Amino acid sequence: MSFITGVGLTSFGKHEGSSSLDLMSKAAELAISDAGVRRSEIDGILCGYSTVSSHIMLATVFAEHFGIRPSYAHAVQVGGATGLAMTMLAHHLVDAGVAKHVLVVGGENRLTGQSRDASIQALAQVGHPDYEVPLGPTIPAYYGLVASRYMHEYGVTEEDLAEFAVLMRKHALSHPGAQFHDPITVADVMASKPVAKPLKLLDCCPVSDGGAAFVISRERTGDIGVRIRGCAQAHTHQHVTAAPALSELGAEIAIAKAKAVSSVAISDVRYAAVYDSFTITLAMLLEDLGLAKRGEAAARVRAGHFNQDGEMPLNTHGGLLSYGHCGVGGAMAHLVETHLQMTGRAGNRQVRDASVALLHGDGGVLSSHVSMFLEQVR
Amino acid sequence: MSGKLADWTSGAEAIVYQSCTACGAVQSFRRSFCAACGAPDPQERRASGIGTVYATSLVCRAATPETRAHVPYNMVLVDTAEGFRMMAHGENDLAIGDKVTARFAQFAGRVVPYFEKVR
Repeated sequence: MSFITGVGLTSFGKHEGSSSLDLMSKAAELAISDAGVRRSEIDGILCGYSTVSSHIMLATVFAEHFGIRPSYAHAVQVGGATGLAMTMLAHHLVDAGVAKHVLVVGGENRLTGQSRDASIQALAQVGHPDYEVPLGPTIPAYYGLVASRYMHEYGVTEEDLAEFAVLMRKHALSHPGAQFHDPITVADVMASKPVAKPLKLLDCCPVSDGGAAFVISRERTGDIGVRIRGCAQAHTHQHVTAAPALSELGAEIAIAKAKAVSSVAISDVRYAAVYDSFTITLAMLLEDLGLAKRGEAAARVRAGHFNQDGEMPLNTHGGLLSYGHCGVGGAMAHLVETHLQMTGRAGNRQVRDASVALLHGDGGVLSSHVSMFLEQVR
Repeated sequence: MSGKLADWTSGAEAIVYQSCTACGAVQSFRRSFCAACGAPDPQERRASGIGTVYATSLVCRAATPETRAHVPYNMVLVDTAEGFRMMAHGENDLAIGDKVTARFAQFAGRVVPYFEKVR
């Protein structure tokens, strides 16, 4: 058994002068304090990566910087799925008795620490070095390819995709830590500059500075426990050229396994936190996970289904699209928000019921997937 | 050990794929073994350059000075007649399902496959 006992999240956007280690430390301090444990009680550290300050031993670099001597520490790298993959590993580590309190941390000064071109270029390297990268692709182009096919097969339109950007922006407006605070409309999304068709600027998450952290523990420390009920992964490919058919992607495999190990059905879920690097990512994952029928996710957005007061509140902090995306910490913000919702601490964003939550992360080009169910324990 | 054929990834105007002599699987990323069955030394073959467009994305924002000079350029995934999928460039107005044939173009100082609609 394992519990998420503390969470920490910085604001996303510009943190001029902060290094990746600074942002990781800030989030870690918040998470440890939230968990109500002492630094010396943290006996495991898992951290992600930083494209600005890459290091072959980031976890021990961080541990030394932060002032902890853990008995278990290393970095994890599965792109956007890293946060949930680390959480899954922490769950198994505490469950197996390897560690008592595992600190999971991600943070990066991706916006102010390097040029936007450098960020785009660094991320494009998830492509094949011989067969893809020489063609000048970008991450939006990889997802643009997937989007074109998905729209073709399921009759999804650009206006449909725009709905997800509008929804995430609407949610971000009520979170002071979000990178964007101006409302947008479907027309704004449609009129934004093309990046990699069919994706336009507002279909894409921004580059951000920020950090996020959690503590995963064997025992709960607060009045309301957030238990990791079960989780699973799937990895079908790395490169979009080698991706399977749309009907055989990893999200469907991961969620099926997660449901089986958790004995949870989609109908039990009350809150959803789903990876949203691009509007198409969110649309596809919602449908792959069974939170909407194929081709019908946008209709559910229009009907208010994923609103704060809807049947399935989704990414109420604004997601990667509008809270922001600082790399590994980006998708970790989804879990922080879920924890706040499940413990009744989401303030003006609080939903009625977040007793069972579904989280899903995606890395690469729909390459690596982690599905996870959390449950509230009183 | 079958010979290694030159292709566009090394500057030659050719598309090459590998075919497994044991299980018959084809693969486009070069390896010293078949990724489907593990058998060594897949046979290298030159592809016809004929295929069908699987997906497209017109890149309007590039990240390097060399690639920015070509904006907009159309990235395509093509399902080839030989049965493997490949990434390439193509005419800007290509649509999914179009029958295409490859020629070669210069892009950021390199030779890349460029697909045109069969008319």
